[in-house]
Amino acid sequence: MSKHSNWNVLTQGLFKENPVLILMIGLCPALATSSNANDAFGMGVATMAVLLASNILISVTRKFVPEEIRIPIFIIVISTFVTIVDYIIHAYAIELYASLGIFIPLIVVNCIILGRAEAFASKNALIPSILDALGMGTGFILAITILGAIRELLGNGSISFLGRELFNMQAAGFKPALLFIMPPGAFIVLGFMIAGVKRLTREKGCEDLEKKASCCVPPSV
Amino acid sequence: MRLIADLFDKVRPNFEKGGSLEFAEPLFEATESFLFTTDKVTEGKTHIRDYLETKRLMSMVVLAVVPCTLMAFYNTGLQRLLATGVANPSILKAMGIGAMVFFPLYIITLIAGGFWEVLFAIVRKHEINEGFLVTSLLFPLILPPTLPLWQAAIGISFGVVIGKEVFGGTGMNILNPALTARVFLFFTYPSNMSGDKVWILVDSAKDKLIDGFSGATPLAVAAAETGGNVVAALNKAGFTYSKLFFGLIPGSIGETSALACLIGAVILIWVGIASWRTMVGCILGATVVSTAFNFLAPASTNAMLSLPFYYHFVMGGFAFGTVFMATDPVSSATTSTGKWIYGILIGVLVVIIRCVNPAYPEGMMLAILLMNAFAPLIDHFVAEANIKGRKKRATE
Repeated sequence: MSKHSNWNVLTQGLFKENPVLILMIGLCPALATSSNANDAFGMGVATMAVLLASNILISVTRKFVPEEIRIPIFIIVISTFVTIVDYIIHAYAIELYASLGIFIPLIVVNCIILGRAEAFASKNALIPSILDALGMGTGFILAITILGAIRELLGNGSISFLGRELFNMQAAGFKPALLFIMPPGAFIVLGFMIAGVKRLTREKGCEDLEKKASCCVPPSV
Repeated sequence: MRLIADLFDKVRPNFEKGGSLEFAEPLFEATESFLFTTDKVTEGKTHIRDYLETKRLMSMVVLAVVPCTLMAFYNTGLQRLLATGVANPSILKAMGIGAMVFFPLYIITLIAGGFWEVLFAIVRKHEINEGFLVTSLLFPLILPPTLPLWQAAIGISFGVVIGKEVFGGTGMNILNPALTARVFLFFTYPSNMSGDKVWILVDSAKDKLIDGFSGATPLAVAAAETGGNVVAALNKAGFTYSKLFFGLIPGSIGETSALACLIGAVILIWVGIASWRTMVGCILGATVVSTAFNFLAPASTNAMLSLPFYYHFVMGGFAFGTVFMATDPVSSATTSTGKWIYGILIGVLVVIIRCVNPAYPEGMMLAILLMNAFAPLIDHFVAEANIKGRKKRATE
């Protein structure tokens, strides 16, 4: 993958190949743990930590891991780091641990981590693998935190961050729309976020549908 | 008449391609076709000629909803007057109060929903569709009379945008837009959409209420009963079968009267708009499951299980949903066999949700929406089975 400069590797995870909004992997934790910004950010950081550690180890060992058994080895590496992260959160952030619950151990099966191990770290040198983990991890944190913030704002009238509630509009008479902190709200908000990103990243020339109908699906009128 | 037609001809060039008001073409088109018969014909190879176009169809539905709307005026006022201790309320006074509840909700629905309709029509460059006339009339009728107006506006905005326009507008929607709007409010503002306090237009802080006022709907009364005789409990609460049938009970504004829904059903079936298969299917499904539950009732403390099947038809939103919501030609199944399956499953689900699920006393809205989602799948399998059957006949 020499065509990627290091800068490209770092930035593509942020927007162009954002894991949640473009690649649409890691949707399970993104939907399940984003009912408020605080939990969402915690989940994002935990996932990024595991991703970074597993990318490093898998990249370093890529030369002597046999091709045939690479997936089980990836899983063992990832689950080791997840266990470490699980204990760390349990020790230092007990409230986050309580609210994320089963979704911390479930980071093991997060597609982003196994996907990057298989698609990138097992084929690339150490430095690009670290940059890839940082880019993808930041992209995941951004997407899930924005999702959590929107849902919390609409569904509870507040935004919380790092364990503190920054403001709450309920005192000012805001009536929270409960749907948005329930599961359907996650799907609706994520749908709008994906639609927004699609609108921003669509190819040039698609604005005029009559001129170039081939790059977009024409409206069925 | 000639004068207006001339006026339209005069301003038309402004709205056509290249005109200064080109962007507002859908608005012009809608106003013109509302007043005059359109001279436009279908573009493309196929052309279906029928006197029954979307606008006539929608007008018929509006006509069929009129009995429900009148009952809505009367009953909404009546419930308020009875709750505040008026012994013999006059019909006119009750209808006046009801109209004062219905029209603000209706107007805010038209404004908020119409805004999105026009916006999407202009951006997407398609015509404004008459379908919204029906949605906007049905929506206020399935709301509780105490609902704040801003919530109705948010609800219909969600129903029009998420329920209809994101799928491509009228004819493309998977779910019924009016029910999508209601289910959004149901889960978003549950304290304004469920419970015992929202179904009668009274303010417990200001109004002087009669002794023993409860405000519970018949379904809530029936669901709260444990072990005993559920029909006796309903009668004790004042809900006799005739009252339930005529709709003189607390509930959503226009859904209470089974009689008014029956008149609407006759109109819709007579002009051939709504499917009798769907309606009969709903009734059949509900009858079979509630009768089966009646046999299970002695072994359970759940009193709802012992409710006779004919009570299910007149309680909650069953009649209104069966006649006006389940039969929505866009979101229901389209094949004849599919309509039977679709209708029967709605009936089955309603009774199951009402009797077995302790969280929701009423299940009509949820049952219809769930089956809306399954309708294309039902149609798919009906068509597949038909193809298979024909192939078999051809090879024999």
